[in-house]
Amino acid sequence: MRTIRIGSGAGYSGDRIEPAIELAESGDLDYLVFECLAERTIALAQQDRLKDPQGGFDPLLADRMKAVLPICRKNGVKIVTNMGAANPVAAAQATRDIARALGLTGLKVAAVTGDDVLDQARMSDVALDEGGSVKALGNRVISANAYTGAAPISEALAGGADVVITGRAADPALFLGPLVHEFGWAMDDWDLLGKGTMVGHLLECAGQITGGYFADPGVKDVQGLARLGFPIGEVREDGDLVVTKVAGSGGQITRATVTEQLLYEIHDPTRYYQPDVVADFSQVRVEETGPDRVHVTGGSGTPKTGLLKTSVGYLDSYIGEGEISYAGANAAARGRLALDIVRERLALTGVKMTESRFDLIGVNALHGDTLAEGHEPYEVRVRVAARTDTLAEAIKIGNEVETLYTNGPAGGGGAWKSAREIVGVASALLPDSVVTSSVTFMEA
Amino acid sequence: MKLHEIAHSRSGDKGDTSNVSVIAFDMGDFAFLAEHVTADCVAEHFGDTITGTVARYEIPALGALNFVLTGALGGGVVRSLALDTHGKSLSSALLEFELPDIGASSGSS
Repeated sequence: MRTIRIGSGAGYSGDRIEPAIELAESGDLDYLVFECLAERTIALAQQDRLKDPQGGFDPLLADRMKAVLPICRKNGVKIVTNMGAANPVAAAQATRDIARALGLTGLKVAAVTGDDVLDQARMSDVALDEGGSVKALGNRVISANAYTGAAPISEALAGGADVVITGRAADPALFLGPLVHEFGWAMDDWDLLGKGTMVGHLLECAGQITGGYFADPGVKDVQGLARLGFPIGEVREDGDLVVTKVAGSGGQITRATVTEQLLYEIHDPTRYYQPDVVADFSQVRVEETGPDRVHVTGGSGTPKTGLLKTSVGYLDSYIGEGEISYAGANAAARGRLALDIVRERLALTGVKMTESRFDLIGVNALHGDTLAEGHEPYEVRVRVAARTDTLAEAIKIGNEVETLYTNGPAGGGGAWKSAREIVGVASALLPDSVVTSSVTFMEA
Repeated sequence: MKLHEIAHSRSGDKGDTSNVSVIAFDMGDFAFLAEHVTADCVAEHFGDTITGTVARYEIPALGALNFVLTGALGGGVVRSLALDTHGKSLSSALLEFELPDIGASSGSS
């Protein structure tokens, strides 16, 4: 039975590049996948595209492609990535140009488009899960992108692409696409699509399955975290999976790392909604079969819903923030006094806020007062954050923390402030008929 | 005894909802976890850190529980005023959960 090897070269937009190089060089790969889109990334990218028609794709695309294209060409590794963000065609053109500059003549790059459903969302006035509708957001709406599936990726590969660049493809679909292409899985074989989705889900966060986001000294120790390697999935034609990594790379793959990642962000394990299938991870078995080799079986699936999750990006608000530190004798009390002073001053000066919070970092900033009870640290950091309708008001929040230097408790140091626009993201469900995917090929 | 002694945990986010897994180090402790780490207990543990509901899913094949906490991320990752907008640290907060001492009859080794 055939097996293909898929490496995961990035788990988010800003991820480390050297593990991807290591995978391309020594992973004996058939595919290298880069997953680089978070919920909001595409809305921010759309703002970039509005400023520059050739912009709107991943800012690290050039760095990544320069680093791995020559190695992948030499080793016959195909690349699949959602680094196209809001502009897959421009990302593909940039990749083609890099390939030409590197002398990789004939390299075939494909752009997958169709996930941008802003016009359709506006026309049908889609209801948002969070309440309200696209129409109600009016001209604050920036983008609407549907999570698309494996089929157009598979089609691009069938067309001979060496590099496939998508926009808002569902993360697991970046892995399912190559599996459907290689093994000819039917798009209504729910069991295999469920298994392939499990492969994608496990691999898409890269280092999170090889020991990243895991170490807890003395309890869950991980070796060589500084050189953390990224995972390889050995996937058999029947969907059977072994997760492994390049020998000698940092980190580890164990039952524990795999189980944590299997349950990551899935909610109901019997119903993990994807564009192509509803995957079921509830009967999965995880078994260590060797050092850094974990065998995963038992994924399955049921028919897709015909609805696509759609992310709607919109101009939401502004956030102003300020911080300052206190340490040594009576630090927490001085920090609390500082928070009280800022709270009162913001009221006195009439700063217009729609929401605010006053945290003591080191005491209650992450989990509130209840869980923090009884902990008195050596040093604390005051943090005030508030939401406003304008940038001018947001700026006043941090200023009112900074003034604590000369107008607050004794010994406040290291003040910092920021004010920024917030792009919000709401979710909607659209029928999959609104998406018409297409593939554009170009050659270096 | 804290949950930290017999289980590990990872949290993730989708909108304003946090997903926190609890996984037994030793499969034999799963029944003990399932008995003592209920959705109600978890809701009480987090208190006003979360404003919504807690649902629990059991995955015995993995020795794991999966908790889904709504209204847990200050309105959602992208617009929250919180320091930890993703709720990445909620897993460690849950591992502070106090359990009765595990009995000699359990499968703990």
